[in-house]
Formats: sequence, structure tokens, C-alpha cells
Amino acid sequence: MEHQEILHRCFRCGYCKFPSNYTDINCPAYLAHRFETFSPGGRMWLLSAWLNNRIGVSQRLGRIMFSCTGCGNCVEHCAMPGFKDQILLAFTAGRDAILESGTVPGPVRDYLTRVQNAGNPYGQSGKKRADWRTGTDAADYSGQEYLFFAGDVGAYDSRGQEIARTAAALLAKAGVDFGVLTDGECSDGNDVAMAGEKALFEELAGKNIKVFIERGVKKIITLSPHSFHAFKNLYPALGGQFQVFHYTQMLAFLLGRLSFKTPVEKTRVTFHDPCFLGRHNADYQSPRTMLAFTPGIELVEMDRNRKNALCCGGGGGNLFTDMISGGDDSPARARCREAAAAGATVLAVACPACAVMLGDAVKTEGLENRLQVREVSELVVERVA
Amino acid sequence: MNDFIKKLQAIVGEAFVSAEPEERYLYSMDQGTMPPAAPDAVAMPETADQVAQIVRLANAHKVPLVPMGGGLVLSGLTRALKGGVIVDMKRMDRIIEVNPVSRYAVVEAGVTQGVLKAYLSKHHPGLKHSMPDAPPAATIAGNVCIHGSGHLSVLGGFHSDMLTGLEAVLPTGEIVRTGSCSVSPQWFSRAPLPDLSGLFLGWSGTTGIITKLGIRLFPNYRYNDVLIYVSETADLMPEIISRFTGVQVAEDMTPWMTPKPDWARGFFHINVAFGAHSKKELIFKRNLLQESVRSITDTGAAGFLPIPPVQKSRFMEIPSPDLARFADARKGGGFEYVGAIMAVERFAEAYRRGTEIAEKHHTTYSLGARIIGAGHAMMFFFAYAFNRADAEDVGRAAEALEETNRACLEMGGIPWKAEAPAQKEILKRMDPNTVSFMNRLRDTLDPNRIMNPGNWEV
Repeated sequence: MEHQEILHRCFRCGYCKFPSNYTDINCPAYLAHRFETFSPGGRMWLLSAWLNNRIGVSQRLGRIMFSCTGCGNCVEHCAMPGFKDQILLAFTAGRDAILESGTVPGPVRDYLTRVQNAGNPYGQSGKKRADWRTGTDAADYSGQEYLFFAGDVGAYDSRGQEIARTAAALLAKAGVDFGVLTDGECSDGNDVAMAGEKALFEELAGKNIKVFIERGVKKIITLSPHSFHAFKNLYPALGGQFQVFHYTQMLAFLLGRLSFKTPVEKTRVTFHDPCFLGRHNADYQSPRTMLAFTPGIELVEMDRNRKNALCCGGGGGNLFTDMISGGDDSPARARCREAAAAGATVLAVACPACAVMLGDAVKTEGLENRLQVREVSELVVERVA
Repeated sequence: MNDFIKKLQAIVGEAFVSAEPEERYLYSMDQGTMPPAAPDAVAMPETADQVAQIVRLANAHKVPLVPMGGGLVLSGLTRALKGGVIVDMKRMDRIIEVNPVSRYAVVEAGVTQGVLKAYLSKHHPGLKHSMPDAPPAATIAGNVCIHGSGHLSVLGGFHSDMLTGLEAVLPTGEIVRTGSCSVSPQWFSRAPLPDLSGLFLGWSGTTGIITKLGIRLFPNYRYNDVLIYVSETADLMPEIISRFTGVQVAEDMTPWMTPKPDWARGFFHINVAFGAHSKKELIFKRNLLQESVRSITDTGAAGFLPIPPVQKSRFMEIPSPDLARFADARKGGGFEYVGAIMAVERFAEAYRRGTEIAEKHHTTYSLGARIIGAGHAMMFFFAYAFNRADAEDVGRAAEALEETNRACLEMGGIPWKAEAPAQKEILKRMDPNTVSFMNRLRDTLDPNRIMNPGNWEV
């Protein structure tokens, strides 16, 4: 297994469980399950034990390994400079090895099968991929400056579709020249890669790269930070060299082109950093710039923000596989409580997967009357004159 | 056992009991050199009442229970030496009360050092608690139970000295309170009552399970500083420690001696940390400390190490990840140490014995100490790193630790949080009437001997 040589070097000191100020547990799977086995150090030792025949592969080991969302908190806060950068890579390699063993938790197997068969985790036809834009002016891609890539959640989830429409409308209002592919593209594969299914990821990426090149795409705006991460950091190794922007990165510089309504009152908004824009790509500012620029928004921070943000629990395919499971301490529910405790009435997100996870959690927590989960472009567009 | 597991699940919920091989494997060992001993199951209660139900169930089935906090003790005290259930306390993680005037906090047994630090920093920035050098995942209760020490130990002694009372579940299932909280709604002190708290301190979980505890808090200063004093000889260290502690301004004093980096080898450093409410007060305290050792400094045998301000923050980082990083010294994820609680005047002897043992066993080592109280004792540590993937290397470290435990006892010291074999060595040297008294107490408290059996046994 790749990166096997680092597994025994983990001391299990536990810095990886926390944010830098130790406010609370910040590893999503460990927060929900609380057994040491679900902590990053527990995973390191269990993988090592499995590879050294001290334990066998099992459904439980699969759940432990696949409940990792790939949020990167462990990499950020690990105390060991000698190997910290390889922790997530080792987990991905471990999941790859478990997949090869054939003992895979059912929901993970089903998720990967749907992606394999349909090119997306919803199992829907690729021809419906651009259906989200019904009722909008978003044009087919025909050589515009940018390709707008809605991603799986933006393309198929009803909440994601709303967000895709709003973000596209805002880009149009800001004068961005973009189009949408109506056929050929498939899942960005980011979460498939995180789940360790390397071959499937390469197949998905290969398809996308081929169609992007054939259609002359040079610059891509993504709705999802997951797509952004895949295109920016994973595709180049497979021959996909594109200029990639998350839509908040575009709009952070373009809101000056818009006129806004005069606000009657201020709304207290807190921002939930998406892992694949924040920790993985170190952009904590673009969404905040959009919020700060928009009249009528008062930005308040949660205790855990920027590199210390708590993941919503949806990464690594967990939006579909739910290896973390619900429960009082599911990361999404904990995050909603934290937002409410910060005094916010709106929990702003910049990722459709976060919107789905946190939107559900607000309802489960019974906070609908106190806290709304809104996407950044939704908050901006309703304030545009 | 299946019937027992089902009953356990009925108490704490199915999601928080596991008898799966993964949990049984991971909870069979800690980070140190002690061999694994697997539990039959791991359970995670959320309330004291659930703990009491678990204990009553275990008593009925005569199943051993091993209470566990952060699991960072390193000396294997939370291994299930005779099987049974590890009771992982970390779901009991509520901070119940902070009294800013009487300066105490009441926390559940699963509250970690890091979380309490963050909570105080946010809600009571004028207060702090004594943090051990353990990582932030260590629990307050676990560290108090083992007589830990930390960054305020010159000021307040061992962390068990800072205990103001506790709630515990006895081995027969009753929930009891000790200290002022047994009489009053407040948790301010163990005095003036018969001190029953000691029944749970240093006993390695053999007398019950602590579920809540009160600890002392201290002023969190706005201005903080650290001085590093360096001596060329170990023989001078007791005198230096005595003089620094004599002026009673330091919060923490930690001598350290390490063969790496090269510039540090052969020198005896002592970090003296102190704080103040104002710059003027800080300068006053610094002057007191500097003046206290002036006659030694004037001889040229020792002196203060100039530290650029940018480097000072590293020495004042609490908790410091440097100790955990020592585990990667051999690229092998392991270290363990003997922490010898001993008299300060044995410093030079402890240093010489430590280096001899480390070099004999060819281990990567680090030596140091934490001063307790006004020089009333010290925790002298002999830390050995090892490569977890190399059985021979682990064996070398284990031999060095065993020899160090013996040396510690020969020097009149007592190994801290001793491994089960070291406990036996201590008991061999202990006054026979004291051993008998311990046994009678355990028989009374725990007639079925279900609590962490294999520890403190003759």
C-alpha cells in the first residue's frame, strides 16, 4: 500500500482531533462515533494492524475508513511535520486497498456502482446534467470565455439546482461570459478519488478532460469546491490543464459592477468554510469578501472558522454513503448548533453539498425558526437592485 | 458475554458499545512499550448514572472494568489485563461550572485539557488551569488520578493537590462525593473533612470510577515571560532550584538536558516561567529571579541564556507539541518515560544514572524534570524514543525503562504512573503494613475485585 511506511509513525497524540484552539472535537467521524478507532490516529494504527495481519478486513473496518470525509483537519493540526502531509494520502490508499479486498460497506459499494454506471452518484442520465438551468438564460457552451461546471449536486439535487441557478444568474449579472455543457461531461470524481477508487476517478477525469479539450475549454468556473479541487489539483496529472476558479473567486472581484438595494436592516450571517475551498486550497477570503461587500449583511464568525472549520460531514462520498451516520453529534448538527450559538440567523455556505447537509441538520436540530442555511450567491442576489 | 454486551448496550445505547475486533485491538494498548491486553468490549457512558449501572452490571457478572480517560498514560494502565470492559469516559465531556471568584471549575471526567483551556480562554480569560505537558486530548480527570503535574505546579503542586472534590462511582455501584461538594452545593475545597478523595488518587482505577471533579483555577496573566538558566554542572542544580523557588514568583520550572541539538549537549538548562498583571510587575518578578541566583551567576558556572523574543513564544507554548514530536525521533511513533517522583537533591545522581542507562541500551533519550511546589519534590523524567515497527528497538526501550524504574527506587524515588511490573517493584519496597492496609481497603471497596484488576496487586 502506498504511504504504508508512515502508519506506524503516528503516536496517536490526538492533536489531529482538534482545531488549533482546542474548542471542540474537529474530526467529523470521531465527533460522531467517539471511539478512538474513528480518530485519524486510530485509522493509522488499524490500517497498520490490518496490513500486518493483526486484524482482518471487515465491514467495521470499512465503516471506520470510509467515514473519513477527507476534510483535512488532521493534516492541518497534526503535530508531526515529518509525515503530516501524507496522512490523507495514506487513508485514500487504505480505502483503495479495502476496495481491492472486496469487503466494502454496502452504501459505499452502491455509491461507486452508481457513479460507474451513470457517471454520477445519483444514478441519473448524463443527458439530464444540464437540466438545472431550465428557466435561466444560461447558454450552451460554445466557446465563451468560461465553462460553468455545476457538479453532481448542482446538476441533480433539487437544492443544488436552486443554488446552481442563482450562482449562474449572479455571474451573468456581473457580466461573466460563460456557457454550460449539455452533454459529455460527468462527475468531477473528486469524492471518488477521496474514496480510494483510483481507476474510476481516472476514467471520470479522462472523460471530462477529453470533452473539455474537444470543446476548446480553457477556463472553468465551478459551483462546487469539490470540482474546483479536482480540476485544479488532480486533473493536471492526467493531462487536464485548465484555469480553474470557484465561483466565489470570480464574484469577489466583480461585485463592484452591481448595484445593491439599500438595506432596511442587517442580517447576522456566519460563514461555514467548505473544506475543499478552505483547508485544501487555502482560500478563506473570497466568500467572505462577497459577504462583506454586500449591504445589509453583518458577518459574525463561529469559534471554528477558516483552517479550524468543522466539516459538514459530506465529503469523501459521505453525502451519499452516510458512513458517519446521524446522531446528536453528527458534524452537520454540531455545526448548526455552533452557528446558532454565534448569534447568526443565517448560516452561509459556498458549496452545494454543505447546503444539503446543513439544511437537513437544521431541521433535525429543530432550528428552522432561528437559523436558515443559505448559499452565498443567494444572499447576494436578493440584495442586488 | 453476548448477554452481557446486550445489557451494556441497553444502558449506554447500541452505538456506544463495541465488541468488534477493531475496538478490541486499538484499546488493547497505549502508546508505550507494555504488551497488549485486549478487552472483551469498550463502552462509552454519557452520565454518572450510566456508569453506576455499568458497575452494578459488571459486579453481577463479575466482569472486570477498566476506566479510561484520554488513554495517553503511556505506561499501560488502561489495558484490560484480565479482560472485561474498558469504560471510555470521553462522552462525559460537560464543563459544569466555573466559579471565577473562588477560582475553581467543575468538570465531567471526560473533559479534555484542550477543551477546558479553550473554554476558559473564551468565557473566563482571566483564569487558567494547570496544563500538563500531555497533548490536549488528555483528560483533566485522568491526569489528576495519576498525580500529574503541569505548568502551574511550582505554584500549586501536583494536579491532585489542585483537586477540590470529586464524584465517583464505587466498585459496588454507589455514587459518592468527596470534599465540600458532599456537604455544600459548592466545590471549593477538600478541607476540612476527612479526605476521602485520596481513595481515588494514584490507585490506577482500582477503587472506582471518577465521574466529576473540581479543580483549582489560577490567574491568567496578561504578561508572561520565561527565563532560561544554564549550568555547566548537574551538582549545582538543586541549589539553583532552591534559589529560584525561594523567591516564589515562578509558575513553572522545568530543567532539561538533551543530547540533541549538539549545542545543548552537556548543559543543564532550567526554564523558569512566570507572569504578571502589568509590565512593571513582570520586570519586578524578573529582577527577583535574576537576583536570587546572582551569586552563582557571578562565579561564571551558570548564567542566563539570551533568548530572542521570537523564540520565547515557543518556550511558552502550552501545550507544546514538542513532547509528542519526540515520538518521531526514530521515525517510529513511540516513546515512553519513567517519571521519577523524587527529592530535588537527587538531581545530579538521577542525571548520571539516566545517561548511563540510555547509553547502555543505545536508545534515543531526553532527560528533564518538573519542579513541584517550592522545591518540595520533582518529577524527573527519563524519556526513551523507539520505533514501533521494530520489535528489537521497542525491546531496548522497554529494558531501559525497567532498569530506570529500578534505579529510581534505589535513589529513593518512586516511579510515577508505574506500569504493572513497576507497581510490583514498588509494593516489594513498601512498608508491609501499608500494603496490607491497601489490600484491606480494596477488599472493602471492591469485594469482587472487578476494578482494573492486575494493577496494584501483590
